[in-house]
Amino acid sequence: MASGERPDKVVKPVGSERVNKEVENKEAGNVTEIYREFETWQINMGDKTIHAKRMPGVFRTVKNYTQSLWLLFFLVPYLRWNGKQAVLFDITNRQFHFFNLTILPQDIWMLSLLLLLLAMGLFAVTSVASRVWCGYFCFQSSWTDWYTWIEDKIEGPPHARRKLEAAPWSLEKIRKKIIKHFIWMVIALLTGISFSIWFVDAFDYWSMLVHFQLPLVGWVVLIMFFLGTYILAGMLREQTCMWLCPYARIQGVMTDSQTILPAYDFNRGEPRGKLHHKAEGSAAQGDCIDCFQCVQVCPTGVDIREGLQLGCITCGLCLDACDSIMDKVGKPRGLIRYASLDELEGKPAKKIYQHPRTLAYLGIILLAFGGIVYGLTHLGSMTLKVIPERQPLFVSLSDGSIQNKYEFKVLNKTDRDFFVTVTAEGGVKDQVIIGAEKPLLTHHGRGTSFTIFVKASGDNIKNEVTPIEFRVQSVEDPLIAAEYKTKFNGPKP
Amino acid sequence: MSEKHDVSGVPTTGHVWDDDLGDFTNQPPKWWILGLTASALFVVVYWIYYPSIPFASTGGFFKGVGGWTAIKEMEADKGEVDAIRGKFEAKLKDMTPAAILADKELTEYVTRSGKVLFGDNCAACHGQNGIGTHDKQGLFAPILNDDDWLYGGKIDDIYASIAGGRQGMMLAHHPNERELIELEHLEKLGQAGAEAHNIARGLTPHQIDAVAKYVLALSEGKGDSPEVAAGKRVFMSSDCTACHGQDGKGIQAMGSANLTDKIWRFDGSIEGIKRTISYGVNSGDPQARVAVMPSFKAAGKLSDAEIKKLAVYVYKFGGGQADAPAAAK
Repeated sequence: MASGERPDKVVKPVGSERVNKEVENKEAGNVTEIYREFETWQINMGDKTIHAKRMPGVFRTVKNYTQSLWLLFFLVPYLRWNGKQAVLFDITNRQFHFFNLTILPQDIWMLSLLLLLLAMGLFAVTSVASRVWCGYFCFQSSWTDWYTWIEDKIEGPPHARRKLEAAPWSLEKIRKKIIKHFIWMVIALLTGISFSIWFVDAFDYWSMLVHFQLPLVGWVVLIMFFLGTYILAGMLREQTCMWLCPYARIQGVMTDSQTILPAYDFNRGEPRGKLHHKAEGSAAQGDCIDCFQCVQVCPTGVDIREGLQLGCITCGLCLDACDSIMDKVGKPRGLIRYASLDELEGKPAKKIYQHPRTLAYLGIILLAFGGIVYGLTHLGSMTLKVIPERQPLFVSLSDGSIQNKYEFKVLNKTDRDFFVTVTAEGGVKDQVIIGAEKPLLTHHGRGTSFTIFVKASGDNIKNEVTPIEFRVQSVEDPLIAAEYKTKFNGPKP
Repeated sequence: MSEKHDVSGVPTTGHVWDDDLGDFTNQPPKWWILGLTASALFVVVYWIYYPSIPFASTGGFFKGVGGWTAIKEMEADKGEVDAIRGKFEAKLKDMTPAAILADKELTEYVTRSGKVLFGDNCAACHGQNGIGTHDKQGLFAPILNDDDWLYGGKIDDIYASIAGGRQGMMLAHHPNERELIELEHLEKLGQAGAEAHNIARGLTPHQIDAVAKYVLALSEGKGDSPEVAAGKRVFMSSDCTACHGQDGKGIQAMGSANLTDKIWRFDGSIEGIKRTISYGVNSGDPQARVAVMPSFKAAGKLSDAEIKKLAVYVYKFGGGQADAPAAAK
């Protein structure tokens, strides 16, 4: 259990008590129809498949919308921009294209800031509103949700699915299983393809795929993602969140008593008890009628009434379920609701700005964001590195002048080749730049190197080392330019 | 034997210690057993496929059915490298050095592979990157990255120098003892008489001193100054001009040095110049300066393609002289 902030207040963990209750429930018979489903509940150890009931509701709708953001994952690679793929992580050519922007490996430091931004964003959101990512956005939750929706459509609601599982093999069972697994595999395959086409041109990829001409690495990636999707979303499902995902574990401990999360209002609900037709004893009972609907709808199979726990991805589906029951039994909604522990315990709610943890996260986010904005606005279209020859530092020429040799490395970050001129500031009086009399061609998307000599009369050299700044400038667009400070070496005067 | 542990219900071997410690007979997990079996199989296959077992008696070893050897693997890797180089090398073979120089991509390739060749064959005397090497008598081998060339700095000249080698030559100009007596006697009779003889006989110390001063002034652009007029007279009337020319600029076909520039083949100090004039270069005199470059083509030391590469590499040090204004940089 990840949190268990106040174990004394929440209902005691499952044990013999629960088993007793189960027996008691069986004996209780059909007090109301909903109790039928309860028999199947047990703590989720992964030995039984969780068959969550799907119920309409506010959070179900929100989840549908947020999860549909993943459509971008499938569709964005097909966007074209100036005849090229709009968003492309071109690993072979080591370039990242984002519409007009091309980012080369030299600027990859921004990626670290982006990762920091995302991590801190996750932490900040989690500290305010718990595992929003897990519940509404995560690919694992989303794909599992779609997979189980397909299962629901083909094999029927949870009780039908359990029956089908227990039933001996029949033609009908085989038919349903084949259809289900086929659709799952199609989705898994599409997932693999969609992942791949973020890294290679989408249309090229499809053409290679249908001609079975993918390179080996292409097949490996596709098969890995196919199997990964199929196994993680089809088989492992919530077990991934509980035993595989490090973020689930991290996020579980990012919450505190100020964090709002789907919580069971124990003050109002306890002591829970069956709903009886007669009013006997109902005065002593809390609002929870122990219908287990919150458990039935839970995609990870936890009992929210036991408080925040590792398995809870805070998807809010139990809120929908409980509200629908409260409506039916004529009690106010919100027995399970988004609330902080402070609120449930009747402590005054603090404001966001009184939450130093969130503020710290926000500070780091702002720093990272500032860094990325700086990086993107200062990308430039060209970078210049100049490496002075070290052996020899300088050469004495026959007319007594001193020559230095420089290796220029120009990185043209635009999407076309262009010519550049080389000029220098500082250095020695009346120096001559040799090797750049005509504009030099720089290739786009990769470094171009050329050798430049600077010659100066020995009489003008006043110091062993004279600072010099080279400037490389595009012929067509003077705004595309880069400078580099280096040194001109000479003999001891 | 098989009993069950009374608390856990797990089968035990029946041994019990300290009243309640049982020896469980739990099977290891299936995946673990499978992994172990697979590993054992892998080992067997590996031993059969690859060279594995040494035979102490014969000193040999079991070669493995796969025929794998480290040499073969290296050859395969070399094959990969050669495949990349192949297209450049094939092109290089039939091109002149000048044509290589005109091809930017090839020049790039050649300057990279030339570095290794230069290091192996040239750097011992000319220094890494052609910075020259010095010994106690001054510069031992010429600097290659400046713009002064004894035998020409055009790409074909450089090629010819590497292919054919170069031998410096300059006569010793100091007289022997008998000649010295004669020369000094003549000198007393007057300048004209001495000059008439020194073509064959060498120069007196006095004349060597004067001409050395003149040569030094020449490189500073002060050859016409009256202070060195005596030296100039000696220079003009002796055999100096035969090789270095009337103007002292040298003749590339002979490899004679240009005396008017600021680059010295051996030693630019007055003492160094005097020594060069006195004992010559490769003159056979024990104190003569040595300037010998072997031919790299003669003994098959380097292939024609390698010499071409080196010529381009040396040319690109910075001192290479273009053939015509239109030639590529």
